[in-house]
Amino acid sequence: MQGSVRASSVIALLAALWVGAAAADTPRRVVSINLCTDQLAMLLAAPGQLVSISHLARDPRSSAMVVEAAAYPINRASAEEVFLLAPDLVLAGSFTAPATLALLDRLGVPVVQLPPAATLEDVGAHLRLIGTALGREAVAEELAAQFETELAALRVSPDHRPRAALYGANGYSSGVQSLPGQVLQAAGFDNVATELDMDGGGMIALEQLILADPDLVIGGSRYPGHSRAEDVPRHPALRELRAGGAGLSDADWVCGTPHVLQAVARLVAAREGLTP
Amino acid sequence: MIAPRALALSLSAMVAALFVASLLIGPAALPVGESLAALVAGGDGPLALIMREIRLPRAVLAVLIGAALGLSGAAMQGYLRNPLAEPGLIGVSASAALGAVIALQTGVASAHVLALPVAALLGAVVAVGLILGLAGPRGSSLTLILAGVAISALAGAFTSLVLNLSPNPFAASEIVFWMMGSLADRSVLHVAIAAPFILGGGAVLLALGRGLDALTLGEDAAAAMGVSLSQLRLMLVLGVAAVVGASTAVAGAVGFVGLVVPHLLRRAVGARPSRLLWASALGGAAMVLAADIAVRLVLPERDLKLGVVMAIVGAPLFLHLIYRTRGEFP
Repeated sequence: MQGSVRASSVIALLAALWVGAAAADTPRRVVSINLCTDQLAMLLAAPGQLVSISHLARDPRSSAMVVEAAAYPINRASAEEVFLLAPDLVLAGSFTAPATLALLDRLGVPVVQLPPAATLEDVGAHLRLIGTALGREAVAEELAAQFETELAALRVSPDHRPRAALYGANGYSSGVQSLPGQVLQAAGFDNVATELDMDGGGMIALEQLILADPDLVIGGSRYPGHSRAEDVPRHPALRELRAGGAGLSDADWVCGTPHVLQAVARLVAAREGLTP
Repeated sequence: MIAPRALALSLSAMVAALFVASLLIGPAALPVGESLAALVAGGDGPLALIMREIRLPRAVLAVLIGAALGLSGAAMQGYLRNPLAEPGLIGVSASAALGAVIALQTGVASAHVLALPVAALLGAVVAVGLILGLAGPRGSSLTLILAGVAISALAGAFTSLVLNLSPNPFAASEIVFWMMGSLADRSVLHVAIAAPFILGGGAVLLALGRGLDALTLGEDAAAAMGVSLSQLRLMLVLGVAAVVGASTAVAGAVGFVGLVVPHLLRRAVGARPSRLLWASALGGAAMVLAADIAVRLVLPERDLKLGVVMAIVGAPLFLHLIYRTRGEFP
């Protein structure tokens, strides 16, 4: 009798340990300190699982999920405040300040780092990666599959591919080896940066851009205050080339999330609006 | 001394040649004949767009700003009778930059087209006023330069502060533009903003020639000749503030032009302030055109700042002038 009680309590203890181990695999207090992991985590996390996101997620100029972000407490990505939130998982970018990451590591906080998305294929991969880290594989798989279906529907091969330039602050042009470049390509444009041997992107002087004579110049939105850097893509000499621009902002494609589909859709519309 | 007509002709020819050269230099290698034809004839092509909207405003601004800085240097040196008086060195340009930066970052500049040059002008007025108040017509070089150092340091610090506090992520990296100056990627809008103030202020300064000539004989003699010193001072403050303010508002603080150019031309005009005024305007235009050509030839890919080139030319001369006038110092 006594032996059987002992046996059952051992089984109960083992069961509790097993459940505990499973719970340890699924983080319960997740803190994100990177704009892109913020958005992926908001899409994927279970209710209550995500305790804090970075302040950038609430900035409409850089975040595509400002409304959702209002529901979460924000952090400014300092190791101290992250540690005080007692997270069992921190989501960071691969360019998060090394000092912050080193400190979190020494404090024994587990960190998952996500590289920036460079292609549209990365979007699905990153959803699955963060999904696995959060123990939400099923949701991640569903969102990734949905994204891939919608992207395939938007991706077209038009007979005529107009030539466009992505032209941002200081005359920086994103090449095809970048997420904006991939979005442009998916929307049926050829990238002028490729003609200038800048697949990775680079600075294009105003004169060179005008000489390349693109069909469309796509510039980013302005930040408040003023900078000469942002005057460059708004130079009066470009006004006609910018006329058909899609009015995209950094928020539309700075991160590889399913929201880039909206950028693809708007560029497709801009392409169809160009008179051949 | 060179005959005034010969000097005017040779300086004008130099400005004209450098102006054309400036139009022909840029990151896009354009055929010379066709690009000049496109400049004159216009049209819809990219060539006309580059020539008329990018290179022409740049060259015109170089002429206007060079003339403004050369002229204001000559005028201040004539009034203070001190070869070290130069808008960049004594903090006028730095204060104008502060005014411009405040107007731009607060958004006043985008609310009204005149706000930017007027704010820069106000910044310059404060600095010129302070300098004249501190150094005065009889102040020593030491007072002048020390007052200038203090004003430059303060204005530069506040410019950095305003740009660091800006919500714009690119603003802080542009501190170097406001301190060193550049004509890269300026447009016809900038010409339209600066030209009226530079032309108006320039006319005021050129009209001071007779008064400054009289002043070389001493203040009493000048007053006896019917020159109103208070009016001369007011015109000088407004004229310098207008031309330096407008120049700085669109191109940042370009130093040393007003120091180097009058120094080079002083003997050619027989040290007569009235002649030095127009000669320095022409010489300043030539010098800034040349410096702006140099920044594009030396480092075409990077936006090398005009002030860097001017400092390389001007700072040794400045040291030389200090060496020569050191007898004045206590």
